[in-house]
Amino acid sequence: MREAGYRRERLDRGIKVRADDVFVLTSWRELLYLAGPRLAAMTVLLGFPLLRPWTGAYWQTVFLIVVAMMLLATSWAFLERVGLVSLGQSLFFGAGGYLTAIAAVYLHLPSFPAVLLGATAGAVVCAGLLTPVLRLRGVYFSLVTFALPLLFARIIEATKILGGTEGFAGVPGLGGLTLRQYLLVLALLVTVFGLQRLLDSDHGLLLRAIRDNDVGVRASGIPVGRWKFTALLVGALPATFAGGVLATHYHVVGMSAFSLEYSVLPLTAAVLGGSEMLAGAAVGAALLVPLSEVLRAFGTLRVVAYCAVLVVVLVGVPEGLFALARRRYHQFERWVPV
Amino acid sequence: MFEALSILLYGLVQSAVLLLIALGFSVTFGISGIPNFAHGGIYILSGFACWYLLRKAHWPYPLAVAATVALAAAIGTLLYWLVIRPVRRLVLAEVLATFAVGVAFLELFRWMGLVTYEFHLPPVLSGSVTIGGVTMDRHRLVIVGAAAGLGMLLWWFGRATRTGLALRAMAQEEYTALAMGVHEDRMAAIGVALGSALAAVAAVLVLPLGIISINLGYDAILVALALTVTGGTERTAGLLLAALLLGMGTVLASMVLGPHWSEVIYLLAIVVVLAVRPSGILGRFKELEERV
Repeated sequence: MREAGYRRERLDRGIKVRADDVFVLTSWRELLYLAGPRLAAMTVLLGFPLLRPWTGAYWQTVFLIVVAMMLLATSWAFLERVGLVSLGQSLFFGAGGYLTAIAAVYLHLPSFPAVLLGATAGAVVCAGLLTPVLRLRGVYFSLVTFALPLLFARIIEATKILGGTEGFAGVPGLGGLTLRQYLLVLALLVTVFGLQRLLDSDHGLLLRAIRDNDVGVRASGIPVGRWKFTALLVGALPATFAGGVLATHYHVVGMSAFSLEYSVLPLTAAVLGGSEMLAGAAVGAALLVPLSEVLRAFGTLRVVAYCAVLVVVLVGVPEGLFALARRRYHQFERWVPV
Repeated sequence: MFEALSILLYGLVQSAVLLLIALGFSVTFGISGIPNFAHGGIYILSGFACWYLLRKAHWPYPLAVAATVALAAAIGTLLYWLVIRPVRRLVLAEVLATFAVGVAFLELFRWMGLVTYEFHLPPVLSGSVTIGGVTMDRHRLVIVGAAAGLGMLLWWFGRATRTGLALRAMAQEEYTALAMGVHEDRMAAIGVALGSALAAVAAVLVLPLGIISINLGYDAILVALALTVTGGTERTAGLLLAALLLGMGTVLASMVLGPHWSEVIYLLAIVVVLAVRPSGILGRFKELEERV
């Protein structure tokens, strides 16, 4: 804080302005300015599995979970962009896992087609279940996403279908750990960069308009319901895919797939990183999940910790850490007299 | 005949239970438009607080109950000023923040291991009576009476006190109310505190029916939302009707299909009402686009 009579002025860096345009092609420096952060993130994601001799298998497994959570968080951020605030990402996660298990065990599919089928079917089933509440905004959609995973867990517990409390065992493994890691990393890169591109396109504008003023969009003659459904389908896919791959990793999918942790963690990650950009949600997950792995001994206290982080970030840094860092990267600040 | 009477009576009790649980949430949501997802957390917190005061601190029953209700109201006030106030009017952030607070309470209790059979609140009246061949414990009758009493008390509060009138004014015509000098934040804080206090009342009355379990907190928020959606927010009669419908529905479903199907009823109610009549059974002026 400075004394009165000054205000903080925020300006784009020169290089940002030059890199915004086709003039970015004029120099390597500007190209690197744009591509650098992206390349760095991709290098970390693609390079970490190769460090296995140094990190050991444990942290490689953690990495797999981190990437899965990044997918869940990205899916949350994408849905949030359309105004579909999900309080139950575990719905998608669990649906992907269970349907993959069903495809593998009952249809005797090999593991990779099983994951693909499970993820697709999971997205379709979830979107279908949520269709009746798509018409309404906000709270009601959130509520139903919150209630459905709880409901599924109870039904599985009560009726003992799909393995009951023991879990649905016998899912064949999908290649080695490295293959699974690369599958998820690939999915993450496609999700973060591909969906961000979609969001930056005219379709993305439409999706944002649906969130901000769906009556206005409807008045323009655009079928809001159909767009929301499509967005839900697309947004659910990364999460169901993560669920499917993790099911082949553990060889079993249990009621814990519908647990609250898989709902609260992606949510907290997305808010921590900032959901304005999809990458923000992914960065949030990358920060949060390793931390939670370190705190594994504390059991459900971790969920309490996520909630505390969520509230603090919502109240204190509502834009999220990634947006903060991004602004620092693109802009500089100075104090000017009013 | 006996079956029918039994279903009717237990359905009535269940309706009263649902009404008690949902009343606090509905009041807060109706008055201030704040979806207080921490409702379930405060509900269970009140249960444990009351248990502690009774069993560990050995306070007399009325004092313990009064203290619990006061504690819940204080927590509600704090919740408003510390968490909701900074993100007010950002519906997404309001939902997330209150949800996080509620989950934090519940999971904290789970971590502390408060899940054993010793956590049991005493009934207000013990013993049982027989009505037309159906045996029912007195506590269940107290619940029905309390639900009716609370409903009437709220009705009176909304019409006969200055605070109640101000709260209703905020709910109906916010800008006019502001122009009349109603203090916005204070009213919203009162709304959250009132809702939390009602959650505590519900905890003291409803939780003696079983053991205090963490999952009841999640059920509570589900019940509250199902009733609020079904009944609409602007009339108490809507909530009452929704409570009766869902109470009878869940009792019937658990008798016919099995005890695990009551949640399906709540969800079904939400989905059907939202699809057919988005402003609730008796809702009138809050149409589709006004809903958050």
